[in-house]
Amino acid sequence: MTTANPSVTDTTITDIAMAEHGTSLWKDAWTRLKKNRLALIGLGVLVSFIIIALLTPWIAPYSYETQNLDLGATPPSAQHWLGTDIFGRDLLTLIMYGGRISLAVGFVATAVALIIGVTYGAIAGYVGGKTDAAMMRFVDILYALPFMIFIVLLMVVFGRNLLLLFLAIGAVEWLTMARIMRSQVQSLRQQEFVEAAVSLGLGPATIIRRHLIPNALGPMIVYTTLTIPGVMLLEAFLSFLGLGIQPPQTSWGLLISYGAETMEEFPWLLIFPGLALSLTLFSLNFLGDGLRDALDVRSSKD
Amino acid sequence: MSLLDVQNLRVSFHTRNGEVKAVDDVSFTVESGKITAIIGESGSGKSVACYSLLGLIPMPPGKVEGGKALFGGADLLQMSEAELRQIRGRDITMIFQDPMTCLNPYMTIGDQLVEPIIYHKGVSKNEARLRAIELLEEVGMRDPQSTIDDYPHQFSGGMRQRVMIAMALINEPKLLIADEPTTALDVTIQAQILKLMADLQKKRDIGVIFISHDLAVVADIADQIIVMQKGKVVEHSDRKGIFENAQHPYTRKLLAAIPSGTKEVSSEQRAPLISIRNLNTWFGQGKHKEPVKAVNDVTLDIRKGEILGLVGESGSGKSTLGRSILRLVPITSGTIEFDGIGVTALQGRELKNMRRRMQMIFQDPYASLNPRMSVYDTLAEPLLLHGMENKKTVERGVLKLMDNVGLARNFVRKYPHEFSGGQRQRIAIGRALATRPEFIVADEPVSALDVTIQAQILDLMLDLGKEYGLTMLFVSHDLAVVKHIADRIVVLFKGEIVEQGTGAELFENPQQDYTRQLLQSIPGRALLA
Repeated sequence: MTTANPSVTDTTITDIAMAEHGTSLWKDAWTRLKKNRLALIGLGVLVSFIIIALLTPWIAPYSYETQNLDLGATPPSAQHWLGTDIFGRDLLTLIMYGGRISLAVGFVATAVALIIGVTYGAIAGYVGGKTDAAMMRFVDILYALPFMIFIVLLMVVFGRNLLLLFLAIGAVEWLTMARIMRSQVQSLRQQEFVEAAVSLGLGPATIIRRHLIPNALGPMIVYTTLTIPGVMLLEAFLSFLGLGIQPPQTSWGLLISYGAETMEEFPWLLIFPGLALSLTLFSLNFLGDGLRDALDVRSSKD
Repeated sequence: MSLLDVQNLRVSFHTRNGEVKAVDDVSFTVESGKITAIIGESGSGKSVACYSLLGLIPMPPGKVEGGKALFGGADLLQMSEAELRQIRGRDITMIFQDPMTCLNPYMTIGDQLVEPIIYHKGVSKNEARLRAIELLEEVGMRDPQSTIDDYPHQFSGGMRQRVMIAMALINEPKLLIADEPTTALDVTIQAQILKLMADLQKKRDIGVIFISHDLAVVADIADQIIVMQKGKVVEHSDRKGIFENAQHPYTRKLLAAIPSGTKEVSSEQRAPLISIRNLNTWFGQGKHKEPVKAVNDVTLDIRKGEILGLVGESGSGKSTLGRSILRLVPITSGTIEFDGIGVTALQGRELKNMRRRMQMIFQDPYASLNPRMSVYDTLAEPLLLHGMENKKTVERGVLKLMDNVGLARNFVRKYPHEFSGGQRQRIAIGRALATRPEFIVADEPVSALDVTIQAQILDLMLDLGKEYGLTMLFVSHDLAVVKHIADRIVVLFKGEIVEQGTGAELFENPQQDYTRQLLQSIPGRALLA
């Protein structure tokens, strides 16, 4: 979160060489995260998946469009490590390209939701009163809209494309983010340090940016790591219904849904994409768990 | 034989920073029908010493390294958890600082009392209820017949503490451990609870361990006093021995820290800096609702350079009055003038400028500092905001502030959670002084601190007040503290001013019953007079 970076910390203290570097909360959190092996493994898996996804066009063993209908579906072999699908396409290549889409949807859509949700929720929670009531009623209305109809409408009006998918999913996920952020801010607002900031003469925008958001980040980050898997599954669901990614482009969700159709004949078509998605979800959950513990200030008091 | 005989108790905590000896070779005895007070500041091991006897410290990291605790002939430290459970809540009971966290908010106090009576005594529900009412009567609950069906939040702090005491008495314990039972209460309520405990203990002939950080609190009730510092007993004597003939320097320091003496007041009459006329601050006004009149028709002048003490119990509106002046709560009607400028109508840039001239120091240094901001960020923020310093000079400004409030410069990059309460309050004072204000509202700035730290912070505030030429509104429920620091004292009761005068006037010749009641509640006044 760039918003958490107050301008003051940019000024470096130069001539206090003896300044004992206190453990900054983030450094402290990182130290504690490093002790959590599961979270570290999760982080490692995620980072390598992201690197692979970025490099896919250069390192993928085959092209994902080239079909080889004569070959058909073959089990894993020396040429095709994870086998081929019914069109004779290399499954490893498909999973790598599918990962690009799935990870992008997961992270970008969540980031969109996070930015909108945090800002919206923080404003509603801090300003309070009638503004808060109006803002949250708007959220309630959006909640009440059937999600599928909303997406279908978007797709019909604007046509199908990836960017729209990000926006559509983000537009739905931010609602919960906003609610969580609002309740965080409401309890933080009662604290004396916020009152102190008011009496210093700081404006509402600065108070939200420097005093409220950084303190609400812990729970928000944790919720974010829980949202990403949800978003990936949502994309799979939309693609499965034909509202998301179109062939020949593919995603993990699509691969899984095709794999499920031919599960009995060609089980590897379901197992390997499913494994990729599960690994990502596990990693995210472990990382989320670890982050929650690491970001809890109180645990550093022992 | 003593009721409880603790010999050479040693308790350590094994943390990642190594072993900490929380209790180091502590011995004491508790007699039936006597009150034993254990005194020490936070971290002195006074609570750990008692909790470890009942197996109530987290183990690990805590570990009882050695010693004996003979209670009725058996060693508590050798008992299994199951055996201890038999003793806890039956022979030995406890009451804590914050009664609200110990009561279930979703059950009436009646249900919470009746249940254990049925469980332990095996009596019928009706009988248990009668017994509960008797208990409530014994602890001085008004009208227990009807209040027994109320929920905890419907009681005041003092009444809740009475409920806790009643719960602790259900099983007719032999030993009662009270951990800072009055620290969260107003002085007047504190006096009542202390009296109640002393009465009960005599009537029921039980032994009491009274844990506190404040020597003055136990001055009137303790039979023997144990002073602890850094896990060790430094002094152990009867009450007279401690208050009249303290041997150890630490005990003397504790005694010296009890605020006493009246501030010398110059007779010079100065012009008012702040004039408040007919101020009303009401909350919760609705069409069909009577508003809560937190501040009701208050007219008051605060003169340039004076420290005005504002005294009253919780709910008297004293904090609201301070916050009204600072525009932190909206007022209902009336005028507040600061140096001739009406404060209530200011907007935008003018308001920001006014905020620079008035600052606030808060009660709870744990809540008043942003946990995500280092000392540097906290102090630099106001300096930059009001252009007191620019980006190049801000770092010098921050260090100068730290020097002024007595914080070592090498703490500049540390975060609030790495400091003690007293150090945090110094940071908060530094932040308030950063804007070079003319007026400061100090809202119970020392009531969350240990007594020795309290004295240091009060001295710091007096020094800085002089150095910066500050006018101060010092809000407190503690008359002894206010008398020590304030030039003039205003007594607030239910949102209205009932009496005002210099400390000497008020203490020697109080005009109102309420003021007299406040004065009589000051703990240990007989010994300290």
